[in-house]
Order: sequence, then C-alpha cells, then structure tokens
Amino acid sequence: MAPEQSGAGPHRASFWLRRGALWLLPLSFLAAFFFLPFIRILAFSLDAATLSAANLRVALATLGFTVYQAALSTLLTLAMGLPAAVLFARFRFPGRSLLHALTAVPFMLPTVVVAAGFNALLGPRGWANLALMRSFGLSSPPIAFVGTLGAILVAHVFYNTTIVIRLVEGALSGLDPKLAQAARSLGADAPRVWWRVILPLLRAPLLAAMLLVFLFDFTSFGVILLLGGPSFATLEVQIYIEALSLLNLPVASLLALVQLLFTIGFSVLYTRTAVRSRIQTAPRAAQSNRRRAATRVEWLFIAGAVLVLSAFFVLPMLALPLRSISRLDADRGDRTAVQAGLTTDYYSELFINRRNSIFYVPPIQAAANSLTYAGASVLLSLALGFPAAAALAKPGRLEKILDPILILPLGASAVTLGLGFIVTFGRWLVHPWMVPLAHTLVALPFVVRTLQPALASLPERLRQAAASLGASPFRSWQAVDWPIVRRATLSAAGFAFTISLGEFGATSLLTRPEYPTIPIAIYRFLSQPGGANYGQAMAMATLLMALTTIGILMIERLRLPGAAEF
Amino acid sequence: MLELSRIHKSFDDQPLLRGVSFAVHRNETVCLLGPSGSGKSTLLQIIAGLESPESGTVSWQGKDLRNTPAHLRDFGLVFQDYALFPHLGVFENVAFGPRMKGWQTDEIKRGVMEVLQLVDLAGFERRAVTDLSGGEQQRVALARALAPRPRLLMFDEPLGALDRTLRDDLILQLRLILTRTRIPSLYVTHDQEEAFRVADRILLLHDGRIVRSGTPREVWESPDSAWAAQFLGLGNILDGRVLKGGRRVQTRDGTFEFKCAHRHRSGDDIRLLLRPTPVVGGSQLVGVAEEIIFQQDKYRVLLSGGLYFDLNAPPKIGDRVRVRVRLECLGVVRSP
Repeated sequence: MAPEQSGAGPHRASFWLRRGALWLLPLSFLAAFFFLPFIRILAFSLDAATLSAANLRVALATLGFTVYQAALSTLLTLAMGLPAAVLFARFRFPGRSLLHALTAVPFMLPTVVVAAGFNALLGPRGWANLALMRSFGLSSPPIAFVGTLGAILVAHVFYNTTIVIRLVEGALSGLDPKLAQAARSLGADAPRVWWRVILPLLRAPLLAAMLLVFLFDFTSFGVILLLGGPSFATLEVQIYIEALSLLNLPVASLLALVQLLFTIGFSVLYTRTAVRSRIQTAPRAAQSNRRRAATRVEWLFIAGAVLVLSAFFVLPMLALPLRSISRLDADRGDRTAVQAGLTTDYYSELFINRRNSIFYVPPIQAAANSLTYAGASVLLSLALGFPAAAALAKPGRLEKILDPILILPLGASAVTLGLGFIVTFGRWLVHPWMVPLAHTLVALPFVVRTLQPALASLPERLRQAAASLGASPFRSWQAVDWPIVRRATLSAAGFAFTISLGEFGATSLLTRPEYPTIPIAIYRFLSQPGGANYGQAMAMATLLMALTTIGILMIERLRLPGAAEF
Repeated sequence: MLELSRIHKSFDDQPLLRGVSFAVHRNETVCLLGPSGSGKSTLLQIIAGLESPESGTVSWQGKDLRNTPAHLRDFGLVFQDYALFPHLGVFENVAFGPRMKGWQTDEIKRGVMEVLQLVDLAGFERRAVTDLSGGEQQRVALARALAPRPRLLMFDEPLGALDRTLRDDLILQLRLILTRTRIPSLYVTHDQEEAFRVADRILLLHDGRIVRSGTPREVWESPDSAWAAQFLGLGNILDGRVLKGGRRVQTRDGTFEFKCAHRHRSGDDIRLLLRPTPVVGGSQLVGVAEEIIFQQDKYRVLLSGGLYFDLNAPPKIGDRVRVRVRLECLGVVRSP
C-alpha cells in the first residue's frame, strides 16, 4: 500500500502511530475479555488434578454423544437440504422466492424462539398433542417430542437446512447444463448422470456445507438444553451443568478445551474446503438454468418438496404466536372442562409481579433488561468495531495477522466464552454489565465484517476532490463518507442488536437471577410446570421473535450488495 | 437414416422452429447453417432427445423416437465448449460412453486407445482435461463422442471457441475422421466458410424453416434468396426495377442488361446479386474507388456507392473504376 512504500522516517513513524491508535481499543478488549479468559481455561484444564481418569472419561463420553448427534443431524440436514437445493436451483414455480426466503429465516432466529416454536407445535401443550387429545379423548399427550433425541435433530435440521441450500444451490446453478446433456447422450440415465457427473462435481460444496452444518450442530446449546431435556448432554450443555449446577470449574474448563480444539479443527477444514469449492464453480456466468416442470415426475417432485418445505419451515413459526394468544388448557383441578378461546392473559401477566413468581421482578422487566443490554452491546461493539474496520479497510502487514485474530471469538462457543468470564472475573459477576461485554464479544466479528467493506469502498478521490473545492476535512467527511458509512453502521448495529437480544449460551452462565433477559425468562418459564407459565413462555418468545424480525429486516434492507455471508 | 418431419418449437411463446423437415442419409455429413439464435442448437437438442418438440417427429430408419429417451438414442454430441467432465481424466472421459454401454474392461481399454489414436491424442490418457489446450480438449470431446460408436454424430458449433489456424487444421482432421468412420453426422454452425468446407450437404435455417438445401456448390451457385446471398456473404445485393421489354433493369448504380431464369414483367421490383469477382463480357459498372483492402491475392475495392469488387490490380483512391459484372436475379420483391 502507498503509505508503507513512501517510507521516509517521520511519515513512517506517524503511520504506525495512527495504526497503533486504531488497534489499541479493540485489541485491549480482546486481550482482556477473550485471551485472558482463554488462558485461564487452559490453566484450569491442564492442571494435573483435572486430568484424572474419571474426568477424562466424562469428557470422552460427552464428546462421543456430541459427535453422534451432530453427525446424525448433519446427515438429516443434508437429506432435507439437497432436494431443496435441487428444487431452487433447477425449477421455476410460483412462490419460489418467498419459500427461499422462508428457509433462511430460522438461521437468524434465537435458539429459544426455535425451541419455543417446536414446543408450541409438538410439545406436550403444543397444538398437535392438544388436538389429538381432544379428538380421541386422551388424558395424556400422545406425541412424545420434547425430551427426545428426535426433537434435537429436527430443530437442527430446521436451523441449518438453509446452509446446504445456499452452498449447494449456488454450485448447482453454476454447473454447466451441457455436462449432464453430454452424459445423457453418452448413454447415462438420470440416476447415473447424478451419481457419475453431478454429485462428484458438487463434492467440494457438499463437503463445505456438511462441515459447516456439523460445526453448528457440534456447538449447539440452546436447542439441546430446551428441547433435549436433562438426559442429553453435549459438551456445551455439560460445561453449563458442571459450571452452574456442580460448580466444578476445572472439569468445565477441560470440556471447553476439548470443544475449542474440535471447533478450531473443523473451522480450518471448512475454510479450506470452501476455498476449493469456490474455485471450481466460480467462472460460469449467472445465466439461469431454471425452468418449469416438464414431466409428471418433476411436477410431483416440485409439489412434494414445496409442501414439505413450507410445512416444515412455516408451521413452528406460526404455531408460536398463535399459541401465545390461545387458551387451550384445562383449568387447574378441572381436568375435563377445557376452556378454549383467544386470550391476552399471557401478555398482561408479563407485567405483574406475582409473589410466587420465579423472578423477583415483573417478567416484562426481562424485556427491559434485554433492550438495555442490546443497546449497550450495539454502542460498545460499534466503538470497538469502527477503529478495527478502519484499519482493516486499508490492510498492511499488521492487518494480515490481526484479521484472523479478530474473528477468533466466532470459533469459540458462547458457553465457553461465558465459562471464561466465570473463571476470570468470578467476583465481578454480580454486576449486570458483564453480560453486554460478553454479547459484544460475540457480535464484534459480525460488526467488523459489516463495516469493513463499506469503509474500504470509500472513494479517496471524491474526498480529495471535495478538499480541492475548499471543503474542510470535517465537511468533506460529512459530504462524502457519512452517507456511505451510515448504511453500514445501521446494518452493523442491527447485527449487534439481534445477536445480543437472542444470546442464550453466554448469558445463561453470566446472568444474575434478578436481571433476567428475554431468552433466560423463556427458558425458566418453559422449565416450570403449568399452563400459565407455558403461555407466558409463548408470549415472551413471540415478543422476541418480533424484535428479532425487526433486526433482521434492518440488516437485510441495508445490506451492501455483494457482502459475504458465510 | 435420420428423418425430421415438421418440427415445431417455441420459446416464451415466440415460435423458434416452424416446421423443420430434413433427412440425414448414410455416410453423409449434413451441415445446418444459420445465424445465432435461429434455433440450430435447439434442433440438435430435440434430435438428441434432450428437448421435446411441440409437434413433429424425429425418426431413425423409420422408427419414431418419441418414446426413446436421450440415453438410449445412441446419438453422439460434441459441444462448442467441449463439456468435458472436469473431475475425470482424458481416459475416463473417453471411456464414459463405453462404460455406460456396459462394455468389458479390456474392450473399453482397446476402444479408448483406438479413438484417441484416431484424433491424434495417443499418450494423453492420463492427463487431466483441465490441463489441455482448447484444440486438444475439442479432440478429446470428439473422441469421447466417437468411443461408444454412435449411430449418428452431432456437432454443435464445435470449433467456435478456437482460433482460425487451429480451426482450419481441425476441419481437415474432422473430415478425414468422418470419412474413415463412416458415421453419418449433423454439423451445426453459423460460420458459412466452415459449413462449405465440412458439409456434403448444406441446410440453411432461417426464420424457423429450412430455406435452402443442397451441396455446397449448389448453394454457392444459386442461393435462391436475397437473405441467403446476404448471409452467405456472396456479394453485393442491389434493388432494381425491370424496364420495358423485360431485358433491362434500372438500379441506383445504373441501367444494366440481365439474363435470368425467372420470368419477369416490366415494372417488377427485383433484387439482384453482384458477385465481387469481375467476369468477361458482363455488364459494365462505373464508380469511384473509395477504399482499398489488401486480400492476399487480390484487392477488395470499395466504390463510393457502397458496392465492392475484388480486382487483381489496385486502383488509386479517387480513381474512376470500370468493372464488368454478371447480374443474378435473386427474386421478385413486388409486382406492380
């Protein structure tokens, strides 16, 4: 870059001084709240007393189940995503773009909302069970969903199908249709065209999708805790249990270390595969290969796929808000007479501080807390993200090293971050402001990644032109930079806001009982018995869904064209 | 052997093919020539069974192929951008067809070696197709199509992506191979030079119909329509009106005597072809040289009216030039 090459002494020194000033805040923050906790976890787990045979057995057994459920989830996600990718890449049909957008929504939703959605649909008090109980006069819910491995798997498929769709659909529509035609003319029937030509060519993107899905399933926490129940412990859940219930920080640290090693390994594998899949499919023009159904088999495939996808992706998200305004339970003590009807009770109940409540405050206080935390996280992550993004926008040698370091917190799971805070700042955790610090850590990579391309696109020459026309530095910044930066800033703020609102993993370890956030409140309501608690969980989750949707819309509307996604 | 009868096909409600009929006979290379977007490639796809026509039939030795899927038609296809399987090496690309046909391993090996020899690529078996040059890739594509010994070969603009010298070499090689293997073939291109060199018979596709069919010489000598003459680049096209007596025609470049097989009446508006090569005893035409282009063995002289002629000795720009040309009638535009 120019400033480095035109290196007379004083210029050079001032360049490094400016660069140093940009990096000072973000790096100190990461050092204090990411690397220091990380070192503490290492120190805890590599203690001789921690590395006992019993502890290692726990770690190994937990790792075994974690890998097992992640592998199973990945295969199922592939089974759902591959036909969906074919559907979107190959065919035109009415409602295509709407369905495409719908499949992408779950990925952005907080885990507690997804868990609450499936609970509203298939849980013991969900629509399906209530309907079956009523129509067949059953006294107990016939569908056992919540608390099974199946629930975990279904929720994971719900979350990650969009990854398979995006990666494979992109590769598939980039594939030259003539390759398949050549194979057909050489005597290959449709299955052999897929097996011999298309699937081998999709190997890299398929592998990349599988690795990414596996990574997300491997570090999944909220879904397992809320839908799997106590009998299923992945590394994440076990860390949470060891740290909070058993107060066994060394074992929790050991598990966190195992978790980190695996996550880093898979991230490296994914990055390599993703690069390879991009090289293979990039050079094709984006001419569309999509067409209408031509044969009866194709028509059946499209109809079936659209039906399954829309049911799978719409029903849970529809069941949730509807359940939050419906009273469908028998009143206490009266098992036969079911009072059914619309109600706003669950919402108004949120504002009342009951004496036997599980909180010490009215539940709606959780929403106030969440919004305060989200606001603080937005401000903090922007304050830290701006200088970092400004430095990365004009990268030098230093930035090549610092860039991956800045993204590193993404690789660590939220629960591990929370654990790091506990082992490092245990005494300070009485202060509620530790929570937005953790949220900032999670949001920072996204904020930087959103700001950086905008700052890099700032037209240097326009600014010079403005200066030559007599504008002061501030005026030219106001006229040229601000309009571009404003969009990116709002979008980054949307990311930080949405992430903070839905954050469950770190918060569940760090929050004080008297300062619940919305996700924590939903979790507590769901783990309590009774129709009123259930209803309030639904109301709270609907609220969170609405707030998150606002955040997502803000990000989507302001997204710069061509900004990277995964 | 291959017979097409009244093929119709539209795209986005725009008719593309409007009743195409023709046949390809034993040991014959037929070249389908037409401008880009005239539906040539679509026609190949229909024959290959990769697209279906709205109406009309494709048949092979009298058997309707309507219910024969693409992979059972046994028609080889060679594409412009080769469409080689990038995940397979040269040998596996060529062996793909024989494998699909279920040949024995040693049969496959022998067959692959044989066709690779035929296209001059012996020794390339283990190379990756992505490492080959364009010409080599196209020869692998040809070998791949030849390997399963198809009953018909189809070429979709096979040389369009190659540079001129390579093209000339490959055309020669292709003709040799087609003659040697005696596989009937259908060759699609928009390049008239290529078509004239490759084909035993040329079909001109225009506006969704075959407008002219014949040997290269026949088509060259009498294009039969102004569109064909223009598309084939045969020479100047000139409008004129037949004068009284029917033996003379008046154009903006002068009045000429002409002879023609068509029957004309005086007052008819007709279209004329003036080939660029002067002839002895033709009608005389006078013009001012405006531009001169060197063309190896002759000079193309552009006259101020827009007509051009190929002369052996170049005039100077601004000179008055006299040429004797033959006027060929391409048809009547309008009768009074």
